[in-house]
Amino acid sequence: MATEALAEAFRKAAAENRAVLFPYLTAGLPDVAGSVKLFQAMSDAGADGFEVGIPYSDPLMDGPTIQEAGERALAAGATMDTGLEVVRQVVESTGKPVLVMTYVNPVLRMGVTRFMERIAQAGASGVIVADLPVDEADPFLSAADAFGIGVVLFAAPTIDEARLRLVAESKPLFIYGVAELGVTGERVDRSTHAPELARRVRAATDIPLVMGVGISTPAHASAAAEVADGVIVGSAIVRCVLDAADQAAAEASVARLVTELAAAVRR
Amino acid sequence: MKLDRPDERGWFGEYGGRFAPETLMPALLELESAFDDAWSDDGFVADFHGLLRNYVGRPTPLYEASRLSEELGIRVLLKREDLAHTGAHKINNTIGQALLAKRMGKPRIIAETGAGQHGVATATACALLDLECVVYMGAKDIERQALNVYRMKLLGSNVVPVHSGAGTLKDAVSEAMRDWVATVSDTHYIIGSVVGPHPFPYLVREFQRVIGDEVLKQLGGDIPDVVVACVGGGSNAMGIFYPLAGTGAELVGVEAGGYGIKSGEHGASLVAGSSGVLHGAMTYMLQDGEGQVVEAHSLSAGLDYPGVGPEHSFFKDAGVARYVSITDDEALEGFDLLCRTEGIIPALESAHAISWISKARDELAGKTVVLNLSGRGDKDVQQIAQHRGD
Repeated sequence: MATEALAEAFRKAAAENRAVLFPYLTAGLPDVAGSVKLFQAMSDAGADGFEVGIPYSDPLMDGPTIQEAGERALAAGATMDTGLEVVRQVVESTGKPVLVMTYVNPVLRMGVTRFMERIAQAGASGVIVADLPVDEADPFLSAADAFGIGVVLFAAPTIDEARLRLVAESKPLFIYGVAELGVTGERVDRSTHAPELARRVRAATDIPLVMGVGISTPAHASAAAEVADGVIVGSAIVRCVLDAADQAAAEASVARLVTELAAAVRR
Repeated sequence: MKLDRPDERGWFGEYGGRFAPETLMPALLELESAFDDAWSDDGFVADFHGLLRNYVGRPTPLYEASRLSEELGIRVLLKREDLAHTGAHKINNTIGQALLAKRMGKPRIIAETGAGQHGVATATACALLDLECVVYMGAKDIERQALNVYRMKLLGSNVVPVHSGAGTLKDAVSEAMRDWVATVSDTHYIIGSVVGPHPFPYLVREFQRVIGDEVLKQLGGDIPDVVVACVGGGSNAMGIFYPLAGTGAELVGVEAGGYGIKSGEHGASLVAGSSGVLHGAMTYMLQDGEGQVVEAHSLSAGLDYPGVGPEHSFFKDAGVARYVSITDDEALEGFDLLCRTEGIIPALESAHAISWISKARDELAGKTVVLNLSGRGDKDVQQIAQHRGD
């Protein structure tokens, strides 16, 4: 059961007194085989699970780095099918939990039920949809549930207690704590919002909390790991791939960063 | 059938809603309640209409276009939004939203712009009400609308070029939303059309309905046979359609046909698109089989957008309005026709509507048509000269 793999990752990390580390990469960057090798390299370097991004033409929640990755992947022919093929191979080769990350429209185009069925078949634990607030999440939650997978919902620093309750009652796979006011991207300073947000989420629910957005360096990850059950790093990983001269350099670069991040999430 | 307002989650039937990052949700909810509060406050409404009267120059005339009427064999009345301050209907919305931002205590305004008309109207409202203003504009649009870029700068706004995607209106909206995600605590986003997540389609319609409300008054109880307006995002069209929906007038929205619907390069979301989520709302849009947004094309920057307001999608399915398209070349003929017969240089956007009544003159023969002349064409003159090699 794919959600069991996710629960196991949280349990294992907790037992080792650390947060889980979920790095993100855009599927199809540079192609299916190259993507799978990059995820494999991150797995070997100590990642606990992965976010596999299905690129979308208008990613409102993403800054320039992930936008560029998406544009490159789409230009290279990435589709929902190739994205799901990456998911399938990453689950198979790493045995670790995989979450699909995308936007509402590609899911609607495929059909919410069909999408959930396909990602469940590929072995994903669930989906993160960047522009899906809890208010419109019901069809996604029930379709995911029917295939034994789940949906991740967000809590941003702007959230009030009533909405936080709504998020918790929807039983998301985990709560994605938005550590920064802003879109995804590398930051210099570490989040000033994360500790307060974590305190509020903890007060409302015991659903696992994973922090993301603007977490770029081991120091950021270490700070987030102090207050959350997990850490998502996206743009900084993607940047390693965008800047690498070739596939081997990209694999070495993401492995180096993930090794540092994996050490940093130990408390 | 039209709806007074969308349901509590912002849906007009199957269209609309709020598909926005969670970071923005509290701001959207706050905006909805601030708007409801303001719109039921006589003081706010009086301030709004006072500025529309004394600053914008409303009501704009409903002008009997005799020579055009004679040429086409149709009685054509032009709703002269081109005579509103800054030269288009956009100012109705920006005055309303800037007043609202002021009332909400948000000192910073962001906006997107395509042709530059909404950007200029936002910059104007911000200068008037002493608000900081940042306008996102596609790099390609900055090139083809240099005059409006300079106008915004003169008015004290910061114009930020957007290079992502095709560098047009869609990309400017996306970039404005990204700014808003980061700045939502002190910033209000003055969206320029009846698009975006709820409550924007509803509140922009409410600020723009003054167009149709005036038309009804100016007609003194008569109901026109047909009401025509161009549709990009659809704010001028919704502004005139909404009050006239259900009166018996036929409503016709004219989208950008670009190089022709069959070419695939157009901006006709309602005529040739399909349902999906773009910029926070479920609506007709241009997309491929993967749900990726397809770039629109129109000679007119204001119609160069792959989506449309969700209430128009609702109107289309419910049969409240019908939607047609006019190509770039046809729009240029409409442009010339109005210049020649009435001495009015229309915006390229509005020229699509003029072209349609000319093309449909047989069907419209003897009827009374109210055409929303949404803007003036000074901004387009240089582009047309270049296009024609003049």
